[in-house]
Amino acid sequence: MSALSLRELRKTYKNGFEALQGVDLAVPAGEFFALLGPNGAGKSTMIGIICSLINKTSGEVRIFGHDLSREREAAKRRIGLVPQEINFNQFETVFNIVVNQAGYYGIRRREAMERAERSLRQVSLWDKRHTVSRQLSGGMKRRLMIARALVHDPGLLILDEPTAGVDVEIRHSMWEFLRTINRQGTTVILTTHYLEEAESLCRHIAIIDHGRIVVNSRMQELLTQVQTHRYTLELKQPIDQTPVVDGFVIEPVDAWTLRAELPPGTGIHRLFNELGAQGIEIHGLRNASNRLEQYFMQLVDHRRDSTQEA
Amino acid sequence: MRTQRIALQTILFKEIHRFLRIWPQTILPAAVTNGLYLLIFGALMGRRIGTIGGVPYLDYIVPGITLMSVITNSYSNVVSSFYSTKFQRHIEELIVAPVSEGVIVAGYVGGGIARGVLVGCVVTGIAALFTDLRVAHWEVLAGMGLLTAALFSLAGFINAVFANSFDAISIVPNFVLTPLVYLGGVFYSIDLLPEIWRRVSLANPILHMVNAFRYGFLGISDVPVDRAFMLIAGMTAALTLWAWWLLRRGTGIKA
Ligand SMILES: Nc1ncnc2c1ncn2[C@@H]1O[C@H](COP(=O)(O)OP(=O)(O)OP(=O)(O)O)[C@@H](O)[C@H]1O
Ligand SMILES: [Mg+2]
Repeated sequence: MSALSLRELRKTYKNGFEALQGVDLAVPAGEFFALLGPNGAGKSTMIGIICSLINKTSGEVRIFGHDLSREREAAKRRIGLVPQEINFNQFETVFNIVVNQAGYYGIRRREAMERAERSLRQVSLWDKRHTVSRQLSGGMKRRLMIARALVHDPGLLILDEPTAGVDVEIRHSMWEFLRTINRQGTTVILTTHYLEEAESLCRHIAIIDHGRIVVNSRMQELLTQVQTHRYTLELKQPIDQTPVVDGFVIEPVDAWTLRAELPPGTGIHRLFNELGAQGIEIHGLRNASNRLEQYFMQLVDHRRDSTQEA
Repeated sequence: MRTQRIALQTILFKEIHRFLRIWPQTILPAAVTNGLYLLIFGALMGRRIGTIGGVPYLDYIVPGITLMSVITNSYSNVVSSFYSTKFQRHIEELIVAPVSEGVIVAGYVGGGIARGVLVGCVVTGIAALFTDLRVAHWEVLAGMGLLTAALFSLAGFINAVFANSFDAISIVPNFVLTPLVYLGGVFYSIDLLPEIWRRVSLANPILHMVNAFRYGFLGISDVPVDRAFMLIAGMTAALTLWAWWLLRRGTGIKA
């Protein structure tokens, strides 16, 4: 069963801009799914339509098999949304925001209060329950929106850039939390511009560009397509001339650091040997960027080239 | 059904809690202004004016003044609450959730009715300090009070749907509502007007509400009370449908 299925989804805004040009997508129940794409690709538009915040132009949305147009209540019950932009009452307290949201899902006040407590504890905001939401820090506001989205136990949690502006420590605890609720059975769809985040969390990935899905694949399969590997080499002594090694692209970063690009199938030991022969000793080695990021850059470059040719 | 009922309770609770919490802005001003009206027009000048339709001037203006505060408070409660819900975007909380459009309208309008009725009672209470109030027809009083509160709550809701600035939520109250209220026979009987203005006044729906409401208190009216009820009930039904339809389409809310 698909937690989410989109068929031929299109959106043309009133100014004539076609933000979605026929999106087909199926997200199986239980999946941890990344939806990536450059700014303006159409991610938030797609999420807006799924959550009834934006009127679609045409196409079909199903949530756990329920058609969003025909079985609205059943479909909506199963979605929890963490939007890209803050959208709670800034003058309301943290606790009331979550309790009211439960009420909108038909949860009686007593139970709503119990659930609000559970949700707020999950995101470590219980201490702040009496705080007026305006006074929360940016990261706390994001966590409040997560607590609010989970208060009715949705089967599908959609997060639109949940970690934007969140510090490293909280980001990691957020990841841990999302992994946990995913293990417990919640399907998670996440958009992010931090590709390492997508790589570390998600098992499946779709990339949207100019309103179309251009990649839809398992994370593992996708990463094996990354053709070149880029490494950062830290040197024992500074150099003043960039070495040349046949078959590798080497760029200087500074006197102590080089960046090397390895074509597929090339072993890194040959690079070490050749550099050693030139009297350059390597002190440390690390990946220049994570693989998903490399894939993403390849894809974007490739698409730009092909549109220029056309 | 159960979901919708609890959602409605939640919105109503939130809306009523909102205006009670900020009572110095929502309840107190009406008490002060209307206290002054009663003091100046009723108690001080009223003695000079004498009687209208056989009742002392102070008693004559009490129903109109009360209904005037019901109108302005219902309207401004919903227009400002719903506009800020839209402006701060927490309307999205309701739209994402399985709450029907009818319940959203009912919740906000219910909040406006609650404030209108509460302020109406406060003003009536103040009036009771100035004169011996008597009520001729309770059912007319309650019915017209509630219908009026509902009608202007709906109007405030629709105003908020179309508004896209804070200016836009004060234009209608200042330039449409206030003139209609003051020309709606709150302070005078239209029988005192020249024939032409008497007829023009009859086109003002507020005149019919004020007179029906006055009939509830004093048993006198410039217009037929049953016709007033039909008119106001019809308008309320029309605005209900309009508000529901706007929300359904997402006017001013959904791109
Ligand atoms: N209300 C609107 N009217 C017209 N165009 C819009 C509207 N909202 C969004 N767009 C356009 O639709 C396109 C997709 O926007 P969307 O917000 O879906 O992008 P996104 O993928 O979420 O980007 P980001 O990563 O920056 O959040 C953009 O070009 C945007 O300018
Ligand atoms: Mg976005």
